[in-house]
Amino acid sequence: MTSRTLWLVVSATLAAANVASAQSGHLTLPRTVEAASAFSIESSGSGNATLFIVGPGEVLKRDLQLGETASFAPGSLSHAGHYLAVLRSDSFTDSDSFDVVPTGKPANLSFLAKPSRLPVELHNAITGAVYVFDAFHNLIAAPTQVAFELSNPAGTMQQRTVTTRDGAAWTAMDSTAQQGADKFTARIGALSSTRIVAQVPGDPCALKMNVHPDGGKLELTTDPVRDCNGNAIPDGTVVTFTERYGGTQSTVDAPLKRGVAAATMQVHPGATLSVASGVVMGNQIGWAK
Amino acid sequence: MSKGYLLASGLGAATVALIAMGTMWPGPSAVAYAGGGALARSSSTPEGAMANLGDELRGQEWAKAYASFANKAEFTEPEFVHDLTGYYPSLLTYTTLDKFDVRPLHASENDAEMELKLHWATVVGGAVSTRDVHLIRNGDHWEPEWPIVKQAAVPPQVIPVNYLRWDVIYRGAGDDWGAQDVDAPHVRIVDMHPIERAEGVVLVGELLNEDVVPAFVSVKGTLISKSQVPIATEGSFDKISHILLPKQVTPFLITFPNVTLSQVGSIRMTPQSTLVAASADPVIEIADEQLHPAPDASLTGQLINQSGQIVNVAHVLGTFYDKSGQVVWVADQYVDQALAPQSPVPFSIHIPQDLAKNVSTQRTVVATYSSGGL
Repeated sequence: MTSRTLWLVVSATLAAANVASAQSGHLTLPRTVEAASAFSIESSGSGNATLFIVGPGEVLKRDLQLGETASFAPGSLSHAGHYLAVLRSDSFTDSDSFDVVPTGKPANLSFLAKPSRLPVELHNAITGAVYVFDAFHNLIAAPTQVAFELSNPAGTMQQRTVTTRDGAAWTAMDSTAQQGADKFTARIGALSSTRIVAQVPGDPCALKMNVHPDGGKLELTTDPVRDCNGNAIPDGTVVTFTERYGGTQSTVDAPLKRGVAAATMQVHPGATLSVASGVVMGNQIGWAK
Repeated sequence: MSKGYLLASGLGAATVALIAMGTMWPGPSAVAYAGGGALARSSSTPEGAMANLGDELRGQEWAKAYASFANKAEFTEPEFVHDLTGYYPSLLTYTTLDKFDVRPLHASENDAEMELKLHWATVVGGAVSTRDVHLIRNGDHWEPEWPIVKQAAVPPQVIPVNYLRWDVIYRGAGDDWGAQDVDAPHVRIVDMHPIERAEGVVLVGELLNEDVVPAFVSVKGTLISKSQVPIATEGSFDKISHILLPKQVTPFLITFPNVTLSQVGSIRMTPQSTLVAASADPVIEIADEQLHPAPDASLTGQLINQSGQIVNVAHVLGTFYDKSGQVVWVADQYVDQALAPQSPVPFSIHIPQDLAKNVSTQRTVVATYSSGGL
């Protein structure tokens, strides 16, 4: 019998049970069962009957003699939720319900950390949310203490402890002043989940270039480009060199390589040379020679 | 009834007969336009000689065109072909000559000067190049002297490049649903203005990649009416530099045809960005940028490839600002020649005449495309 057919049979049985359940009391079952633990259901009366247990994603069927106890081995029901037990014989149909609850022991953490990459020194910009599950992926709704830790390569650490509400806990942390790949960890006892949050430099700060003549050309080179916290701006960041002379202009967009940007431009006496990166302006140099 | 039937039958028969005659004995111009050979004109005048040359170029009859030159001793036929179609693969390599115009500049009994304007049909639209051609009389006919432009040969050398590129690893399909993925680059619109033009409303502005990783960007704009109803949504298409390195700024232009500014109550902008594998090379110098006032307002300059890699297609985007630093227009040009290392290639971007008087400063960016790599 396929599970769909079984569902149809059970649904039809339940419709009959709704009419008859008030009259009979042939079932004795626990109000709650911990997920995947053993449990038993007692029956009363005489003769043959069939016991159905229907719940979220699971259906069990057991033939039994009325008056005996149906025992279910550990692991029979692992999905938390509301279950219905239906006992059906030739002469009656009886039903009752019970709950399968999470084990209470956290076994899995789903940890969502955002963003994966952000500039340094931002307040409450890193957020983490944890959902606590047992070994059978049931959300543990009971309050549970979660420790959040954000540590950077320099060894500094931010910590928060948050109690879950309806199975979830969340927090916000600051990005530190130092760039690097920070470890963001959520922990419950020995159970932990870690995400990497890249803290990247901010905008360039005190952008400075130097100019050296080289034959008929000018070699323009920046000092090592850093942000206002001293973090090296990553290679590939574009630096724009501009040379203005007599109503004419030349520009070069040069990416940082090994921390500095370099470009070559023609010598134009009286030219003004400037440097910028994004919306940040650097120094200006007048070239009189 | 019978008269109408006779008339229709007569017209049908005449049409069939004319088609048959045209197929069997086509006129010379029809042969030329069908690709069956150039339309031969008399070269007894400078105009006729230039028209013949134009037809030969349009038919890609390089040998015939080369043979007609008075100065063919100065260059080889392959050099002539490369002069027209590019020394390296470029937009011109895969183009055809759509049409040409000839304008006399000067003429005497034995020599003449003609302007030859070539209208190329490229994959990104039309491109125009102009050559001033000198012609000399040789007996009873005129011969053009082709103004060959030989590309400066780059001496063989090794150019060291600190090759910098980014590759991206995204989360896998089998990862837990809570597993982290890499975020899209953070981009920001730093300027945007609507402009009313004859063709409709145009949005111009600038977009900044404020992240530390390269981004593939595009911008969409939605015009909202005063009653809060969307009028239209359009994208910037190619009026933007799509690949932005960290801290790089691109202009963008979005056109909404057949909409007037008076209909617009508000504008919703949607910048989009995606992490892409990208390379920080090549570096292009934009030299000698000059704003030319109306008439024929334009921005001209030269592109100089400072890297060792040949750039096959360069897309130049100009942002034009007024005295207060506000963006007033964005225009672009695809350069039809490849950029060989250290070889300047000119560009010219047209500025609408009515806006040119408001332009005070400009900023130029170049997007590059190289075959066989990033």
